[in-house]
Amino acid sequence: MEILVILVPLALMLGGAGLVAFLWSLRSGQYDDLDGAAWRAIADDEPPQEAPVKR
Amino acid sequence: MQVTRDFSHYVRDAGAGLRHIDLAVEGVHCAGCMAKIERGLSAIPDVTLARVNLTDRRVALEWKAGTLDPGRFIDRLEELGYKAYPFETESAEVAEVAESRFLLRCLGVAAFATMNVMMLSIPVWSGNVSDMLPEQRDFFHWLSALIALPAAAYAGQPFFRSAWRALSAKTTNMDVPISIGVILALGMSVVETIHHAEHAYFDAAIMLLTFLLVGRFLDQNMRRRTRAVAGNLAALKAETAAKFVGPDEISQVPVAAIHPGDIVLLRPGERCAVDGTVIEGRSEIDQSLITGETLYVTAEQGTPVYAGSMNISGTLRVRVSAASEATLLAEITRLLDNALQARSRYMRLADRASRLYAPVVHATALITILGWVIAGASWHDAIVTGVAVLIITCPCALGLAIPTVQTVASGAMFRAGVLLNAGDAIERLAEADHVIFDKTGTLTLPDLEVMNAADIPADIFELAGRLALSSHHPVAAAVAQAAGARSPVVGAVEEAGQGVRATVDGVEIRLGRPSFCGAEGLVGLTDDLDPEASIVAFSKGPEKFILSVRQGLRPDAQAVIAALKARNIGIEILSGDREPAVKAAAHALSIPEWRAGVTPADKIARIEELKRRGMKVLMVGDGMNDAPSLAAAHVSMSPISAAHLSQATADLVFLGRPLAPVVAAIDASRKALHLMRQNLWLAIGYNALAVPVAISGVVTPLIAAAAMSGSSILVMLNSLRARSASREIV
Repeated sequence: MEILVILVPLALMLGGAGLVAFLWSLRSGQYDDLDGAAWRAIADDEPPQEAPVKR
Repeated sequence: MQVTRDFSHYVRDAGAGLRHIDLAVEGVHCAGCMAKIERGLSAIPDVTLARVNLTDRRVALEWKAGTLDPGRFIDRLEELGYKAYPFETESAEVAEVAESRFLLRCLGVAAFATMNVMMLSIPVWSGNVSDMLPEQRDFFHWLSALIALPAAAYAGQPFFRSAWRALSAKTTNMDVPISIGVILALGMSVVETIHHAEHAYFDAAIMLLTFLLVGRFLDQNMRRRTRAVAGNLAALKAETAAKFVGPDEISQVPVAAIHPGDIVLLRPGERCAVDGTVIEGRSEIDQSLITGETLYVTAEQGTPVYAGSMNISGTLRVRVSAASEATLLAEITRLLDNALQARSRYMRLADRASRLYAPVVHATALITILGWVIAGASWHDAIVTGVAVLIITCPCALGLAIPTVQTVASGAMFRAGVLLNAGDAIERLAEADHVIFDKTGTLTLPDLEVMNAADIPADIFELAGRLALSSHHPVAAAVAQAAGARSPVVGAVEEAGQGVRATVDGVEIRLGRPSFCGAEGLVGLTDDLDPEASIVAFSKGPEKFILSVRQGLRPDAQAVIAALKARNIGIEILSGDREPAVKAAAHALSIPEWRAGVTPADKIARIEELKRRGMKVLMVGDGMNDAPSLAAAHVSMSPISAAHLSQATADLVFLGRPLAPVVAAIDASRKALHLMRQNLWLAIGYNALAVPVAISGVVTPLIAAAAMSGSSILVMLNSLRARSASREIV
């Protein structure tokens, strides 16, 4: 059962990391536009910058 | 005179030499629009940020401070096919957004704690029936306490604060039993842990907070979204006024930037955005949005004009007495104040439920404790059982029962073109059994239509339309629109107050007053035309025609009235307009009950009379004269074209030309109320099953956790049924 000494803090740290990540995403405004974000994920990439047409 | 657009009122300094503006954009609804707008705007040199918010339908723009004029963004969006308006966030919306974020943060903390405490609880539950050492169990309980106590202290804030507010006001609300339950559960668990007991309720307490925060967040999010939409609507009205910035120079500025004492120019065909007094000029004005009267009023020096009046014929200079926050007709202000005061604070379903709930729960817990003591149990065991009763009865499902339905139903209403202005509007609308319609602008459309277009040869009508393009007169604008005219006739001359004339292929054509076109003779012949129609004449050489222009009924008005009748809802018309006009509309829609020439005070009196007879009145109106009655009615609706004041007073606002959203909203709200009641019964049914178990003292934390999540999920699933709002409305 000594393994608990490692496992319990490890579990708490992982959970804490999740919480910190959530708070960070909230602060950086990632929940401000949920409808838009759903579409952005599948939107096409920006077209490449006006590359000169080669013939 | 030179006209410039001035957006400086809306531009913010974003720091680092950047400027920021928010635009509300009409017609953004898909991913394609989003990409198109962002690419289109980013292509403008110096733009550093162009980001669409699809939820709120806004664009945030930043650019390097310099020569770039914000008007260019609006032009660019126009080219892309979107109408955009500068936008200013109201302070109320900022507060709602902050509250929404705070709740989400609390929810994050509570959910984190729930998951971790659960992870520790499950070994304890399974250990209790196998071989867990008491020391290990205590260790796990202490760890749970370490996580749950700070998390509950943080995430419980919304409930603790609200409960404290209620208690200090010597009332009670749903948050009082919640707070007491959570605090007692946590306190008892700490005491039990110190005494090496077998059961601790850290998991139940924190899980309860998580579920309740979900409900609270949904509720808040709906409110936030409603605010955002309302803010956009205000911006989309794009109220600007032509303000004199020099003796001969005018600037088109937003109403928010106009101050009392400023002088604005009001051109023919423009809607006045401010209240003021005419200081120069002479014209006819249409005050139907203010009084419901469709006859034009003459305005000259000294005449007061109100925001919402349409200027018809001449150009006016107006000295502003009050901008944006309108000072109105004194009588309407007085009536509105009275009505708002008298608007009995409607007790929401949730409040009524909680008012019954709290005393019952606390009494049950107390009786349980006393009962066990009398039956010979120790005080310690009796109190533990009493707290278990409180935990198991904590209104987890009750807290979700109403917000989840409201969120889903408001989404369904939004899709049907109805926006909520008040949170409890759904409940009140569901109870409505009598509808009072205003006529002008509500049953009829706010814009003018040519009624007898079919009687006129198509080529003549088209020519009249093209000629009409050269005039600013609203009637001419209606003719041009009805004819779908695009290219104006070259060399057209407008004679003020008379009409427009031009020469095409050597033949003179004229559009305007019958006398201007020499068509007085025809007017007498067509006396079957509507009494409220404006008559214009069109002449092409010797050929003369009469056009009858009026506000048409909304396209589906008849069907909607029939649908309301089919739902057993009483209907009547109360209008400030003249009798013939109201009679004609009532006849066309076969509404037997109608009154014409009704003053705002009469409207309120009629509503009060219906109230006394026990009817729940839905008032649908748009004019400023309807605002007091909108406030006095049980529930109220306004079209989007309504006067500011009415729109702000109405509980719901509907979009577009059809009247169908009225029926759709009634249907959706009835269904939602039905589901809310059903959810409350589900929650009560759950309690009826769980409470005897808790009183008998056999509840373990495992049972509490399972019962709580089970009932919450059941209620949420039931709420989702509000989504399938009936599609076939009429």
